[in-house]
Parts: sequence; C-alpha cells; structure tokens
Amino acid sequence: MSILPMRPRRDQAVQIEPCPDGPVLVRGAEVVLDADGEEHEVTRPVVALCTCGRTQSKPFCDGTHKFLRP
Amino acid sequence: MRLPRPRGPLSALTAHSLATAARSGAVISTDRFAEQLADMAPSCDILVDDDFQLTLWMLYELHYRGFDDVDPELEWDPQLLACRQLLERRFEKELRFRTGGPVQKALQQGEKGADLAAQVNWLIGHMGGPRLAPYLQRQATREEMLEFLAVRSVYHLKESDPHSFVLARLAGAPKVALAELQYDEYGAGRPARLHQTLYGDALAAAGLDSSYGAHVELAPGSTLAVNNVMSLLCLHQRHRGAAMGHLAAFESTSSIPCRKIAAGLQRLGFPPAVAAYFLEHVEADAVHEQVAVRDLCGRLVAQEPRLHTEVLFGVACCLYLDALANTHLLDSWQAGNPEPIGAGA
Repeated sequence: MSILPMRPRRDQAVQIEPCPDGPVLVRGAEVVLDADGEEHEVTRPVVALCTCGRTQSKPFCDGTHKFLRP
Repeated sequence: MRLPRPRGPLSALTAHSLATAARSGAVISTDRFAEQLADMAPSCDILVDDDFQLTLWMLYELHYRGFDDVDPELEWDPQLLACRQLLERRFEKELRFRTGGPVQKALQQGEKGADLAAQVNWLIGHMGGPRLAPYLQRQATREEMLEFLAVRSVYHLKESDPHSFVLARLAGAPKVALAELQYDEYGAGRPARLHQTLYGDALAAAGLDSSYGAHVELAPGSTLAVNNVMSLLCLHQRHRGAAMGHLAAFESTSSIPCRKIAAGLQRLGFPPAVAAYFLEHVEADAVHEQVAVRDLCGRLVAQEPRLHTEVLFGVACCLYLDALANTHLLDSWQAGNPEPIGAGA
C-alpha cells in the first residue's frame, strides 16, 4: 500500500513511525484517505496503517501481517 | 459489589474478616492466615486454585472499587497487607518457576539477545495456549459464548485500570507511550467509547448483568489468576517492567482473536452491540501492540537495561496464565458441563 495523504490536526504536525515488518504508526492525523480516495476519520490518538495489503480493515492494520512469511 | 461467596477456608477467613472488621475492630490475625495458607495441600496448584486466587482477588479489589459491605479504610490495613504479601510471594515464586525456562530461551533469540520485539514474538509463538478464539468463532454454543462473555467481564469491566497504577512509576518516553495507550482505552475523550463501558454495553446487549463485578462468582480460579497477575505486577513499583511486558503480550495477542470472536457472535445471532466491543479491539489492539512493544517496552528497556528480563517475565506471565484459563474453559465445555450463567449475578 502506498503512503496515504492525510490532513493534519490544527497546529500539529503529523508524525509517521514505520514499524519493521509491521504497519506505519500515524499520530496527529484527522483523516486518512485510502487507495480509493475514501476518507476515514481518525478517532484515536494514534492509528496503524496497513503496509502489507492483507488487512480486512483497510486502510488500518488488523494484525494480519503476522501470518505472512518474512 | 458485595463480597463473593468463599470457596474454601482461606477465602472464608478473609471474607469474614473483611465483613466484620468495622464492627469488631480487629481485622485479621496474620498468624492465623499464615497457618491456613500453610494448611493448603502441597499438591495444590495455586495458579488455578479457587480458594487461593479468590482470596488474593478480594484483597486486591480493595485497591480498585472495594465492596459495598467492606469498610474502605481496610485498603491500607497493615495486617491485610501482610496477608496479601504472603499470597503474593507464593504467586510470584510459582510464576517465576513456570516461566523461567521460556524466558531464558527467549533471551537467546535475536541478534546478541538485544532484540526485544523479536524475543516477545518468540515467546508468543512458543507459549500459545489452546485455540479458544477459533472455537468461539466456529463451534461454541450460545451458552458457551455467554459463559465466555461473563467470565471475561471480571477484567473487561475494569479494563486497563491496573495499568493506570504504573503511570506514576515511569518517566519520560515510556510514560508518554503508556498514557497514549490509556487515553485510547479510556475512550479518547468520549465517555461512550470507554472500553469498560463498551464491554458493559456488550454484556447488556447479550442479556447479561453489566454491573461491575457481577460475574466474579462464575469465574474459575484460573480466570481470577489472569486478573490477579495484573494487580501483582501493576501495584508494585519493582514489577513495572513485568507489568509493561504483560501489557505488550496482552495487546499482541488480541486483535486477530477479537475478529474471530466477533464472527462467532455474529454466527450465533447476538446483537451487533455485542460484537462491537470485539471489532473495536481488532483495530485498537493492532495499534496498541506496536505502541506497547516498541514505544513502551522498547524505550523502557533502553532507559533501564536491567528491566529487559523483567519485561520478558511479564510477557511470559500473560501467555502462561491466559493459556491456563483458556484450557480450563475449553476443557469444561468438552466435558459438556457449562456452568449456569448468571448464577452469581
């Protein structure tokens, strides 16, 4: 999954933290756009975005990457 | 919540003392408590023993919301604390004995034994219990699912509360990571999204009593141990590393099972509000897993390298006791003997 455009909260930079063999943690985003351009409201202080493409909760991580061979 | 019914001589002595202390003035004789504890059969497995674990659970509950029929002053009664310490020493000794082997093997994983995340994952891969979530997804009966929901409520109705005790015991980056997790667990500013409340909503939608502590009497010793270990680790400053390791293991083994449990609830025709709690945790715990392992435990160990083994001890405690509790549930169901639901409500 490619890096997704996000709109920051006011007065707050969006922070991105990649996790090795896992998702990308995003802090400070208000909305996440998925690959189809659909908006997903961010309702928690930090969200994990899927990078393996296998999540059933796109664009958010659901832990499925753990079943993939490294 | 009122005191639960005792399950043996130790919990009977403790419950009686708690209930009558306000009137009698005398709380409990530590010597008598120690004698009663010593009388327990040497073969008794304290990690699953109803009497042992219920006694410890009652003593810990004084530090959470207490009991309607117990004087709140007793929370810091020196004699009760001395009794609790006797139980805690045995509990901790047993946990270290059972988890020592896996923890030592985990320490040998990863480059130069320094890769904490790899070691946590190794323990998760090697200490997994029976497959409870797939059973709930595909096979469990409605009665079994109700029992699961009731038994799990002992923790989920005070979900995350043990870990709040640890906040004051951390500094810097690990404290920030724990606060971030707790903020999400506590609804991220929205009372309706408080996870404890979501679980209460799930219980109510399933037709079960959603009041705090409603199903404690239904919980077997192994489930009480799952709860007690969090209090053991979170109420002692010296256990802060293990407390956070336990949290990391809990979060890391939650999101995929939660999706399966939600599917099981849908299969059995439970209202959407029941599955909603578990669906919330699919996404939430996929985040919390990363935050807990990397930002919290990783930075804690970077800050205090001597806590490395303790973090893994906490991970192993979580996995070991969860496996025992899940085994107990599955065994009781395979014996075709689900306990009556709501008996203790």
